[in-house]
Amino acid sequence: MMEDNSPKVISDKIPFYRDVRFLQVFFQILFLIGIVLLAGFLYSNMLNGLKKQGLELELSFLRTEAGFDISEGIEYESSDTYLKAFSVGVVNTIKVSIIGIFCATFIGFFFGIARLSSNWLVRTIASVYVECFRNIPVILQIMFWYATMLVLPAVDESISLFDSIFINVQGVYLPSLEGTAGLIPWLWYLLVGIILAIIVVLGLAAFRYFFEFRELHETDRPSFISNIIFGAKWVAAPIFLIVTIVGWFLTPEVPFELLQPELQRFGFVGGMNFSPEFTALLIGLTVYTSAFIAEVVRSGIQAVVKGQREAARSVGLKESQVLRLVVVPQAIPVIVPPLTSQYLNLAKNSSLAIAIGFPELFQIGKTMIGQTDQSILIFAMIMVSYLIMSLTTSAFMNWYNRSITRMGRSK
Amino acid sequence: MENIEITQEVKPPNTSKGPVKWLQNNLFNTWYNTILTCFALVFLFFVFKGVFSWVFIQAKWEVIPANFQILMIGPYPIEHVWRIWIVLWTLAVLLGLSAGIWKGLVLRISTAIAGVGLIFLLVPLDIVKNSEAEYATLEFNINIIYLIFFKRRWLLGCLALLVGTFFIGRNKNGLKKWIIGGWILSFPWTMIMLHGFGENTVSTTNWGGLLLTLLLAAVGIVACFPLGVLLALGRRSKLPAISWVSTIYIETVRGVPLLTILFMGSVILPLFMPGDFQLDKVIRAMVALTLFSAAYMAENVRGGLQAIPQGQVEAAQAVGLTYPKTTLFIVLPQALRAVIPAIVGQFIALFKDTALVFIVGLLELMGIAEGIVGGNPNWQGYHVEVYVLVAAIYFIFCYAMSYVSQKIEADLGVGKH
Amino acid sequence: MNENTTNDPIIICEDVHKWFDDFHVLKGITTTFKKGERAVICGPSGSGKSTFIRTINRLEEHQRGTIIVDGIELSNDLRNINLIRQEVGMVFQQFNLFPHLTNIKNITLGPIQVRKMSKKAAEEAALALLERMDIADQAYKYPAEISGGQQQRVAIARALAMEPKIMLFDEPTSALDPEMISEVLDVMRELAHSGMTMLVVTHEMGFAREVADRVMFFDEGVVIEEAAPADFFDNPQHERTKLFISQTLQH
Repeated sequence: MMEDNSPKVISDKIPFYRDVRFLQVFFQILFLIGIVLLAGFLYSNMLNGLKKQGLELELSFLRTEAGFDISEGIEYESSDTYLKAFSVGVVNTIKVSIIGIFCATFIGFFFGIARLSSNWLVRTIASVYVECFRNIPVILQIMFWYATMLVLPAVDESISLFDSIFINVQGVYLPSLEGTAGLIPWLWYLLVGIILAIIVVLGLAAFRYFFEFRELHETDRPSFISNIIFGAKWVAAPIFLIVTIVGWFLTPEVPFELLQPELQRFGFVGGMNFSPEFTALLIGLTVYTSAFIAEVVRSGIQAVVKGQREAARSVGLKESQVLRLVVVPQAIPVIVPPLTSQYLNLAKNSSLAIAIGFPELFQIGKTMIGQTDQSILIFAMIMVSYLIMSLTTSAFMNWYNRSITRMGRSK
Repeated sequence: MENIEITQEVKPPNTSKGPVKWLQNNLFNTWYNTILTCFALVFLFFVFKGVFSWVFIQAKWEVIPANFQILMIGPYPIEHVWRIWIVLWTLAVLLGLSAGIWKGLVLRISTAIAGVGLIFLLVPLDIVKNSEAEYATLEFNINIIYLIFFKRRWLLGCLALLVGTFFIGRNKNGLKKWIIGGWILSFPWTMIMLHGFGENTVSTTNWGGLLLTLLLAAVGIVACFPLGVLLALGRRSKLPAISWVSTIYIETVRGVPLLTILFMGSVILPLFMPGDFQLDKVIRAMVALTLFSAAYMAENVRGGLQAIPQGQVEAAQAVGLTYPKTTLFIVLPQALRAVIPAIVGQFIALFKDTALVFIVGLLELMGIAEGIVGGNPNWQGYHVEVYVLVAAIYFIFCYAMSYVSQKIEADLGVGKH
Repeated sequence: MNENTTNDPIIICEDVHKWFDDFHVLKGITTTFKKGERAVICGPSGSGKSTFIRTINRLEEHQRGTIIVDGIELSNDLRNINLIRQEVGMVFQQFNLFPHLTNIKNITLGPIQVRKMSKKAAEEAALALLERMDIADQAYKYPAEISGGQQQRVAIARALAMEPKIMLFDEPTSALDPEMISEVLDVMRELAHSGMTMLVVTHEMGFAREVADRVMFFDEGVVIEEAAPADFFDNPQHERTKLFISQTLQH
């Protein structure tokens, strides 16, 4: 019966121009050819241009003498190579980014939590801070701080705070911690303390896991990791502290001393010095980013607080416990992704130092472009440096975020 | 009857709302809040003292009126300023009509714009040209009528057009197509009006100040939109070649500072251009801003695309719609609606980012400010005053936009479908 | 066999296989549906019944075997896929109405864009369909403004507007509140009497008994049992089927 009525199938063989699989591959190849053609067009233009100017692309210039001065950063002289000069820039970028991220996180969390205060005045001040500083371009803020740095008093009329911090037109002078002859012996005590702590923790965890809780069923037994955390908290930390504190007193000299900046004939000597450029850049980046971090923190906490908080209270937790046990662990995974992108923004915005002349990666790269004829290669180096920073930071934060969410789930 | 009795009975307990009660509830409800309040008051006292003494005693404000015009429009020739006003009037008419027709979102945006305009209109400070001092001075002028109706008549006209066309446009749904066409034409119209041709050309090197800032931001956000949508669709494509290329583009651009892209436009791009082909400096900056913000736009749009349930696509396919039609009629309208707040946020970011173009030599707001304090010997040492004014301008615009964005978010009901 | 059923086969499935990665969802389905036939497909969740009807309009791609719908083989041929989607209407569990379009625009979108009907003709047809669904007064509202039962009826109208030869229903009442199930089933009953070829995945056993020509029971990717509803419910052969029927009827 079925044979009789079997309808004719429209087409057995599919013409290639209607075959989905063929079309998919075809479009992709077409697309790639387009991209390659575009790249080839640009590349040949570049080669033509270079040939016209009699230039060649080569990296060997990196080993030649740079011949320009860099006002601050790791040890460098103008007779060093371009590669060395570039690395000074990279280190300066990393330095300002890390200090900036540290400060911005601290200030940002402070204002973010202040925006949730039950005190109207505190809440309002925090809101004004956030709205002001995130609505003004960061470049303008950096230049503003730089301009104010330049109208500060001269060196011999420095503003002094507690007689140890001095602010003047040459920047900010802070006391610094310097190691003494006692530092090396004390570091040995530190090492002993760490090794001892690790041995004790692992031993204790193994003992608890295999002996103390042996009676319990596999699933009821505390995990190895939680035993390690337990040991670290109650046993290893005290041991480590005792060893290092005892070591502090056993060393021939106190390991550290505080070096105060002192005004001498040609300015301040000793202590730490932040140049006006560095200070202005740091303040600008920190203040701007902290306003965004405050928003991230506020919205992260608010996202959790509703509902959850009432549920937690109904279980009978105290206010402080609610915050510590319920709100914070849940808010952190919400906060971390946008926080990461704020960190990356700060690092990228550090390139704005070019407007005030702080010698970071971009500024030094630009100087190099001006001096050599390898602008394309130097430019590629700049881009790759930033990309490496961005990608490693976001990879690290992704890893951190994943480990945190996993912990949140298993609890 | 019974109901009434009940409502009378169940009066809420004592809810006196006097100012004393408010202070008690918001500032002094617990001992630590009392301490916090005291600290905050001391802090505020010092901040206000510092700010007031600077603003009213130390600051030398004469730099502002003397340079107000150049801050607004840069070196655009004064005899051609009427062209800028014509452009603004055109935009006011379009915006007013749109607000009347679409209401909601557009109405919110135009209200914010009108608010900013109103601030500029009503500030009772008058710029008076002082022939002896060779620069203008700023004076309080109580004669606000004179200010509004004479000195600022162009701005007044602009606002009047905005409000007037709003009332004209109300419920005239038939005009929709014309208005959309008008908006599309407004862009070339603006360019032609500002640039002119023949003898009346004002070259882009003379474009500057707030005018150029607004222009760059508007071009950046409008032009990046189609590219951003394509990149977002590309990144989500099932075809690996397309998705890989889109992803690499997006992540590379987002991984480097805007400054590198701007420099690429000004230093590197010319090397890749054939022969002696040269692009205008302003155009290059616009291209760089567009390419940069397209990557961020792509990520915003992708967020919206991810929020659309797979069932929507399946339903469209089941009705027989092809991929392009499904995308155009079903996916994009829903995705874009969901990301409007994010797009406004991106516009704010782009608006602030335009401040960087002065580093590659453009004379937008920041470039003009730098030119005043760095280039003109009369105004050296006036950095802080000029920066404060420029900051105030940026703040007014950004704050107005973020206010609009918050309202939109509330209107759309974030997370609701 | 109902009065509309003919002997013309309209869907022919030969040894249809489908994998999701390593998971073998359909393990060789071979069956034929005739023009005008009403088949109800049931089975436990994860048995592959939804996947099966989704392969018929190629929302899912089968990896082995052949499916021929109305004389058109389902293959990688772009034209055939488009043709079949015009011939086969589908109703989803979650309605999947387009929330940004009014109900009537939901219905006219396909006819205007795919069938190239004029806007006027499409709207007239859509209003007639809504009348048939008894919700003509909801035409210019948005989906979010009407009840679930009404939304599902709009969804049925949307599928019918393409004038399909076959209608697929993927658990059309599962997402509905109990009091709204009957209004959707009424519409489906009416549709069945009009002679439409229908494949219905559902747990509504009353509907199956009353309307279906054939009940197919899916489990773990194969058709374990198929029979006319009377035989299927009163005299199930297979152990799995017996268990399933007893469990379903308890509810």
